[in-house]
Order: sequence, then structure tokens, then C-alpha cells
Amino acid sequence: MNIIYTDSLIIGGGLAGLRVAIAAKQRGYESIVLSLMPAKRSHSAAAQGGMQASLGACIKGDGDDEDVHFADTVKGSDWGCDQDVARMFVNTAPKAIRQLSAWGVPWSRVRAGDRDVVINGKKVTITEKKEAQGLITARDFGGTKKWRTCYTSDGTGHTMLYAMDNKAIQMEIPVHERKEAIALIHEDGVCHGAIVRDLVTGELIAYVAKATTIATGGYGRLYSVSTNAVISEGIGTAIALETGVATLGNMEAVQFHPTAIVPVGILTTEGCRGDGGLLLDKDGYRFMPDYEPDKKELASRDVVSRRMTEHMRKGKGVPSRYGDHLWLDITLLGREHIEKNLREVKEICEYFLGIDPVKEYIPVRPTQHYSMGGVRTKATGESPTLKGLFSAGEAACWDMHGFNRLGGNSVAETVVAGMIVGEYVADHCASHSLNVSTSTVEHFLKREEGKIADLLTRDYGENPFQLKAEMQKIMMDKVGIFRNGEDLEKAVEELKLLNKRAKKIALRNRISSANPELVEAIRVPKMIKLAQCVAYGAMLRTESRGAHAREDYPERNDRDWLKRTLVTWKDDEADLPEIFYEDLDVMKMEMPPGSRGYGVDNTVHHPDTEKRVAEIEGIKKANPTADRHEMQELLNPIEIPEKFKGKNERIGRGYN
Amino acid sequence: MSEENRILKFHIFRYNPQKKGDKPRMVTYEVTEAPGMTIFIALNDIREHQDPSLQFDFICRAGICGSCGMVINGGPDLACRTLTSKFEDGEITLLPLPGFELIGDLSVNTGKFMRAMSERVESWIHDVNADDVNYNQLEERMDPDVMDEIYELERCVECGCCISACATKRMRPDFLSAVGFMRLARFYLDPRDKRTDEEFYEIIGDDDGVFGCMTLLGCEDYCPKDLPHQTQIAFLRRKMALIK
Repeated sequence: MNIIYTDSLIIGGGLAGLRVAIAAKQRGYESIVLSLMPAKRSHSAAAQGGMQASLGACIKGDGDDEDVHFADTVKGSDWGCDQDVARMFVNTAPKAIRQLSAWGVPWSRVRAGDRDVVINGKKVTITEKKEAQGLITARDFGGTKKWRTCYTSDGTGHTMLYAMDNKAIQMEIPVHERKEAIALIHEDGVCHGAIVRDLVTGELIAYVAKATTIATGGYGRLYSVSTNAVISEGIGTAIALETGVATLGNMEAVQFHPTAIVPVGILTTEGCRGDGGLLLDKDGYRFMPDYEPDKKELASRDVVSRRMTEHMRKGKGVPSRYGDHLWLDITLLGREHIEKNLREVKEICEYFLGIDPVKEYIPVRPTQHYSMGGVRTKATGESPTLKGLFSAGEAACWDMHGFNRLGGNSVAETVVAGMIVGEYVADHCASHSLNVSTSTVEHFLKREEGKIADLLTRDYGENPFQLKAEMQKIMMDKVGIFRNGEDLEKAVEELKLLNKRAKKIALRNRISSANPELVEAIRVPKMIKLAQCVAYGAMLRTESRGAHAREDYPERNDRDWLKRTLVTWKDDEADLPEIFYEDLDVMKMEMPPGSRGYGVDNTVHHPDTEKRVAEIEGIKKANPTADRHEMQELLNPIEIPEKFKGKNERIGRGYN
Repeated sequence: MSEENRILKFHIFRYNPQKKGDKPRMVTYEVTEAPGMTIFIALNDIREHQDPSLQFDFICRAGICGSCGMVINGGPDLACRTLTSKFEDGEITLLPLPGFELIGDLSVNTGKFMRAMSERVESWIHDVNADDVNYNQLEERMDPDVMDEIYELERCVECGCCISACATKRMRPDFLSAVGFMRLARFYLDPRDKRTDEEFYEIIGDDDGVFGCMTLLGCEDYCPKDLPHQTQIAFLRRKMALIK
């Protein structure tokens, strides 16, 4: 039995995982990162548009601060987020971006003086302040009051990930590549590491650790068309579910991005619209102002995606052999801007569509993009039910995104969560000793060996590729951008059957070492379980909130549904997970539920909302001299690791 | 429409070093072409419907992550964004990238090589004060043009195509080669990196470094990201020649 011991085990080598590893190592704890492939190939690299942080250096970011970022994030989440976490996040984001700058990210910088930009379809000249010259600049993104999305061209994720991995290499943090965690080792509510399969040799290895962090990204590949990398299959989240002890949160919250190219679903960044690109229909008509006169193309992603779908349903889509689509027009930005700031987009258009976006429109439609749900954690990043298990990044439901994530808040979360959760992981390593018997480890290792042996010896059975395709189709057709009770019920029933069939997978290629069919056979049953969590959660949530849009329940119903969905799978033989809920406490909210400002506000309000609004008014009146920091402390005191407590400096306003 | 339904012939290198007695060989698979088909789509089709043991690597399938470098009809390139329509006769030969440890079939271990490369060129900001930066205060100001230039050099995705297209690398296993030079050029340009010319010389000032390059420029010809290898190698060579 091959056992590897460490203090901090991190499953996943993207931005979040690497940052947690760095945090633990900085505090003197040995960290090992497991990765399916070289860390620099992680899906983090695909983030194009940028990272939100309220630096407020560019002129259109003037007046930005943590409070504005907080309000945007909470509104964006449709009040589904954990406001404590959103607070920790917005306060730490400026530090994160500045740290990354010191670590080598070539953030695009403010150039003082006049420059031409496209706003609302028109060329305008804006003048950057002289004193801001050389500071980190930002672009516009949907759902934000200020230009807050910091970037390097449209390769932001790439530059961030390279700087992060290089930092990890400098710190001599080992990344064990081509290794897949297939089960967690746990006993009596404590996680002790993971059973890991070497994807080349097929060997099973037990990694035993004081703290285990899941940072494996999202579960976009449950859907047949997704902007996600092919490895974003949610396996980390699934092995947490399979413990029967850890809970997952808000799995039904799945975001669709408005502008993925047709048919392959590769993303063109929100920066296209942020920089002034427009959405057009088959008549070349700009339709978004009709639906959202205020925010137009730059409404929240969930809103734009739904409006596009609505418009196509009215027969205004461009017909193609792959179904209808709309146009993204960035021609008005001009060649120079596109070649400099939207260069990946240009390459993607050239290679996959054979078009030049400087002259031609890009065919786009909404496509699965982001998983707001994941391993439920406390604000510290630790599972509330399985001690020693942490999670960060898209794999987690740390819950700063609630039911809809704003563009630019995802790569920001990976790094900020990595910093904050990393500190708590280090705290955990400091205060706990490793206490696990080898027989427990052996039990889990044998169990997984047994499962693999079954797969390799079964003579007849199901084809894992086939099962996966069926699952992806069910999710796309019935658990998509608009949802309804009837389809969701069908999806839940059909997935139940798939789950049963997934217990009888048989392989054609029966070798235990490098074998892509075996990899699929191990993953697919886990993915089907996750799909069941998504579909079942969506069926039960009879309201519309953020990206979860029920045609049969169009109102956001705070009265009955201001709660987080939790799910466990206690009995492996059961054909459905168990779902329960935790209330979001309105009386503790810094920002009580209100309108997001899109369309008609048809919110069914929570009885506490008015009470809390009045209470906040009272607090404000009673403390007329409190500045915004003191006010935040009064309204929503939060825990935050000591080293991230400092106020953030901004040009022209110091630390205020 | 007949062209859309043509039959493509994929001649694929097969060898699984994990399997005892397995011998390297070429196997031909036939795939019905679909509109917009890429090699990524075709290989997945083969694996799902014909041979589930076929090994290859794809991650982003959008030309961003660099995982799918392979030799396509004689030249290294990214398979994910290579459209099958590009090949007029419908014959496509796929080989793993040479110069890397073979994992199996079309899959090679670029990760091991690239990590060693990063360690060798110490591919991080060298600044003794970097860890003492106060992140609460305004960041260090940088010239916007310099930052844009750094990004131009940082766009490498470590796909390994340059290594596979480099004859010097084939003859001289310890040759750092284009990917390493580009990385170093990126840090050389970065004012945050405080290394001196002499320190850079220690890393690349010999035949395994820039002086070993024979200027065959396969790196420049085959770089899928069109990085300016030729210019950077010439620049570094000139800079290094002025030392000592």
C-alpha cells in the first residue's frame, strides 16, 4: 500500500488550488497539489476578460470601493449569496490583485490622457487622470456600477495562472501531475486525505493529510454544450458528495454565458460587450435596449442570456444548421483595439469560424458557463459537516455568487478564496495532528480497488461514453436556461434510470493502466449523481432567482425561498440524493433584499426585509459620524484573517 | 454537400508503453467528416465509437491551454483548432510530439519538461523585496507600453511545438530551446525582475543556452501563438555576447 503523507493536500492545480498551497507553504506546512495535467493547463487559463477588484484608478472606475463592489456582487447574486463571504471577498480583492502584480502579472495599466472608447454603440473620448498613469487599469463588465475588471489583454487567466504556478515552483511546492482523486478518506466526520489514481500507471495511492482542499473547478461538462474545458467534470465535488457526510450547496444554480460561438461553445469574453460590442438579431437590429433600456448588453449574464433566448423564441434568431443564434458585433471597436485587447477572440474566430471579427459578426448564443454550486463550506472554506475538508474556487459553494455570478468575479474568487481559505487551512494544520489508522486508509483503498476490478472484469454492460452523452443531453434539454416543472420531473426520472445503468458499466479495453475508457467509467457514475443533484434541486426550487429561471414560477420568492439548497447522498444505494435547506438570515444582512433593477420587479418579499431595512436606518441615524468602514462594522461585522484586515489605498482618496 | 460527407482517413501512431509486448505501429481509422470538424472532434469520435483505448490530450479545446500539440501531417501544431477541412485529400497522419517522454499514442509528458524548464530559468520575479510588499497601498506604477510588451512575450502556452520543431534540441538533449528563451526574455524585459545581465548569462550563456541555437527557426515557423522567437533569440544572443 503506497501512502504519501503531507500536511495540506490540494486536489486541483488551478488558481484556487495553487493559491491555497502557497498560503499553507508560506506558513511552513508541506503542501502537495494533485492535478489531472500540468497545472498551467488548468481551466483557469481560459479566463479571458479579467478580474474584478475595486482599485478605482481608471477614470470610469473613479469613486469605486469595496462598498460598491459589495453591492454589485450581492445584487448580482440575486440576494442568494452569503453576505459575510461577499464582504471578505471585496475587501481582499484589491490586495490579491496587487500581490499578483508583485508576483509578475503584467496587468494592463492606465495611460494618462485622452483615449477613444465605444460606449453604448458610440465612440466617445475619455480622459484618464495624469496622476493615475501606470496604475492598474480596468474595463467595463456586466452588472457593475464602475469599470472594475482588471485585465491583461484578453489573456487574464493565462497571465494569472502562469504567475501563480511560477510562484509555486519558486516555493518548491510539488505538483503531482496526471493524478486523479477518486475518493476521500474519512472517518467519524473527519477527512484524512484521498485515494488517488495515477492516470498513467493506474496505480492507486493513498494521500494522507491533515487538511484536504477540493479545488477542482466547476461541473459544466454535465451539459452537452459548455464553454468549460473538457476536464471541468465536477469530480472533486462528486467525491465530496460520495462521502455521504459532506454537503453540496446550491447545485441547481448554473450560469449560462451569453456569447459562446456556435456551434462549438467556445467562449468569447464578456470584455467584447464591456469594450462596446453589441448584440444583433437576424435583421441586424440591436434588440437589448428594448428589453433592458438601462443596462442593455451589460445587464447581468443571466439576464442577457435569457433575453437572447426570449428574442430567438420570437423568431428573431439567425437560422443555421445548428439551430438559431444571434450576432455579436465587435466591428465597431476597430482593428487596433481588437488585435490588442481581444486577440484571443480574434484567433478563435479565425480558427474555428474562418471569419475576421474586425469585419464580420460573430455567431453566438447562450451556453453553459459556470457552476455557482459546489462543496458547501463555511466562511473559512471548511465543510460544516466533514472536518478537515476544505474547498475553494468554482468547486466550492463558499457562496459569494449566490444564484448568479458577475463576470470578473470568478478568477477574482479563485485567488481571494485561495488566500483566505489558505490561511484557515494553515490554521487547521497548526492546531490538528494527523490521527488516522492505516486500516482505515486500507479500507478505502481496497474499496476503490474493488470497484475498478468490477469494471475490468464485467463481461457485458453499459458503455460509459454513451451514458455520459445521454446525461448531457438530458441536462441541456431539460435543466437549461429556462426551466419548468414538467421537464424537470422528466429529467429527474430519466437521470434515476441512468444512475441505475451506471452501476453496470463494462469496458471494451480491459487494462488497469493508462486507459481513457476506464477513466470515463470511473467518472461517469459520479457525474450522473451530480446531475441528479442539479436537476432535483431545480425541480424543488419553485421560484426564479439569478440563473435559476422557472417559467412556471417567474417571481423571486424571498418569503419561501430565501434559503440555500443543501444536498447529501448518504446511502449509495439510494436513487436520489437528500435535499434540505438552510435559511439566509435577513436580520443579519448588510444589504437587505431589494430589486436588481431588471424588468418588472415581481419579488415576493420576506417578512423580515422591511424590519431589517428599518433597523439599518436606525443604526445609520444613531451613528451619524460613522465612516463607511465603521458603518460596515456596525451592520455586518466579519471575521477575516489578520493579514487581510488593512484598509485599501486608492488614488485621490487614500485609505478612506 | 457531398464534400461534407467525405470519409477522412486518420493514420495514427499507436503504442502503449504500459502494456507489455506492445509495439509501435500506425493504425488507420475512417471518420465521416462533419461541418466544422476539428481534429479534437474527430479523435473523440474515434475513441467513443471505434477504439476506446486511444490516448490523446485535450483540455480547453480552444487553443488556449496548449495540451494538444501533436505532429499533424509532418508539422507540430495544436490539434484542437485544426479544422479537418484544411486537408484536401482527407488523409491525416498524427504522431506524438518528438522530444518528450511518451505516455502513450499521441499523449506526451510536456509537464515534466516544462516544470524543469521553469526551474532552470527560475521563471519568477527576482526581487528581494517582493515578499515584503504592502498590498494595502497603491501598487508600483509601471509603464503601460512595457506591460503590453511583456504580455506579448508571455503568451506562450507551453504546447511544446517549438521543441518538436527544433533540430538542435534533437541533437543536444540539454539544449534549453525556444520555450525557455522566450520565458527568459519575458523576465529580462520585466523591470520588476532585478536580475543582472551576468545572472542571466549564468543561465543561458553557453551552448545549451542561446549560443547553441543554430538559427534553423523551426520554433518561429511552428509556434501556434506566433511568438517572435527569432527576434528574442537574436536579442538575447546579442546581449549575452556583450558579457565577459
